[in-house]
Amino acid sequence: MSWLLALPFLIPIFTALAAFPARGRPLLCGSISICGCVLMLGIAIAIMILVETGGPRAAQMGDWAAPFGITLVADRLSAVMLLISAIVGLCVSLFSLSDIDEKRVKLGFHSFFQLLLAGVCGSFITGDLFNLYVWFEVMLIASFALLVLGGDRIQLDGGIKYVALNLVSTLLMLTSIGMIYGLTGTLNMAQLHISLATVDNPVAVSALAVLFISAFGIKAAIFPLFFWLPASYHAPPVAVTAVFAGLLTKVGVYALIRTFTLIFPTDLGFTHNILLGAALLTMLTGVLGAAAQYEFRKILAFHIISQIGFLVLGLALNSPLALAGSVFYMVHNIVAKTNLFLISGTAQRLTGSYELSEIGGVYQASPLLSTFFFIAAFSLAGFPPLSGFWAKLLLLKASMEQAAYLVAAVALITGALTLYSMSKIWAEVFWKDHPKSYCSNLYEIPRTERLQRLLPVALLAFITLGLGLVPEPFIDYSLGAANELLEPREYLDAVLGEGSAQYTGNH
Amino acid sequence: MEGPLALVVGILIATGVYLMLARDLLHYLFGLILISNAANLAIFITGRLTRAAPALVPKGLEVPPMPVANPLPQALILTAIVIGFGLLAFALALIAQAYKVLGTLDVDSMRIAEPVKPKRKKSP
Repeated sequence: MSWLLALPFLIPIFTALAAFPARGRPLLCGSISICGCVLMLGIAIAIMILVETGGPRAAQMGDWAAPFGITLVADRLSAVMLLISAIVGLCVSLFSLSDIDEKRVKLGFHSFFQLLLAGVCGSFITGDLFNLYVWFEVMLIASFALLVLGGDRIQLDGGIKYVALNLVSTLLMLTSIGMIYGLTGTLNMAQLHISLATVDNPVAVSALAVLFISAFGIKAAIFPLFFWLPASYHAPPVAVTAVFAGLLTKVGVYALIRTFTLIFPTDLGFTHNILLGAALLTMLTGVLGAAAQYEFRKILAFHIISQIGFLVLGLALNSPLALAGSVFYMVHNIVAKTNLFLISGTAQRLTGSYELSEIGGVYQASPLLSTFFFIAAFSLAGFPPLSGFWAKLLLLKASMEQAAYLVAAVALITGALTLYSMSKIWAEVFWKDHPKSYCSNLYEIPRTERLQRLLPVALLAFITLGLGLVPEPFIDYSLGAANELLEPREYLDAVLGEGSAQYTGNH
Repeated sequence: MEGPLALVVGILIATGVYLMLARDLLHYLFGLILISNAANLAIFITGRLTRAAPALVPKGLEVPPMPVANPLPQALILTAIVIGFGLLAFALALIAQAYKVLGTLDVDSMRIAEPVKPKRKKSP
């Protein structure tokens, strides 16, 4: 039982160790990486079944009882995040077989990739604040390495900005963890829920909350703190960008959701107003930034930011429906966004560039790829019956329930502008003729490479379709996850033992 | 003892921020190093300081007989120092490589990933 919860980060770590000596043989190395991801997928499904049938589960590492040791906790939110990370990991590792050149594989690409997954999964499953910091660092150092691996000029330039700003976030997080320990004497998240409510120092608690917002906000790329993202995400090979876009910022959002439902349930007006303002501005600035771009990946990178706004919006509205919207949106967004980047990579392979003005003709050359893009892009824009529609609908309904009409208006405007960007890509890359030469056909690239490029894209597009056509079980699951977040009694019982929740006072 | 140390943390952070505001990347990194030390020191203080009482349990007892220093923040700082060392060493190596490849450490002239005037050719 306790091993099962540790496996989501143990498997990638061991896969990384196994892949490193094999890095001289790209095919073997890639296969090890894929096997690791398949194994992870199995574990994630097992954890999900466990959590769905028996509520949140906790494991005490080294048998040190909470709140003294390190606790791993899986609840519905953690389980679904693990599952989706495993799927993204699998798809991207498959795609990377053809996208990552031999030079980068020899430098250890697959090991860093697996370490990144370990960091991501560790962050999702830990129930201890300092442990969360450690997993963030694992993720961060692996992402640094992946970003500059190969050492192209543009990679170093983007990498410097990414590293510089993310190190600031690290220091902020470390400081705020130290401060919260000073106030409460514990770092176990469940215990913090109880202890922080008894701290009679509202000024210090508010200051801490803001520190946490800034620390996780940099990682999540919310409004005034997102500048590292468009500076760096288009620099590395597209497989790296795809996994970054799918998972990294979402870990920041996950940390925000966890912190502001479990650790800081009080003082709602103050912190949640900050989050609300940041969310709205994130949505607008991201989508306006994208409208000004004429490079495939840069447009998508700005859209990551605007989508983060939606995720934080659900948290800021703080109702069961809104949080459920956030959870559903997160799953939908990770799938669609990863897929869009993978497709952009294949489109570049066919046309030779990412600049919209220099490429075109993909629809004529390969209707299949265009269909996949259509599904992912219009899902992102929120077209019924694709998954993005239901995600946006949940958030809109939640904002209407609270009579937050401004919020609803901003969400709708953002949706419309997303549609503008997506149709811009559609018109420029897929519809118009290739301006210089002709666009090569999918069948002109070798068969194995074609499979490696199309299989992950097809799988992700299929998930997007599934989420959209049969949304009900997923929405039910998200509502369940949201209720667990807002009523953490079961979570506390799982971590601290039965009856601990009675100390939580009014919550 | 907490008061003076808190003051030291403040001075470290102020110096670090001043350095980080420079355009030169190396100054930025030195600023980060100072602030990283300040963060570690701050965690140390949050555990409350106890003089000359290491957290050791004598043989035969289950708990120490008198109040001892809080060992947890010290363990946290050790972890944070190791992680910080790794990150900052990486950052230094990255800056060195960037200087070699890009030929400058002035952040204002690093515009390769984000060109100042992007091409805005509309397609015909």
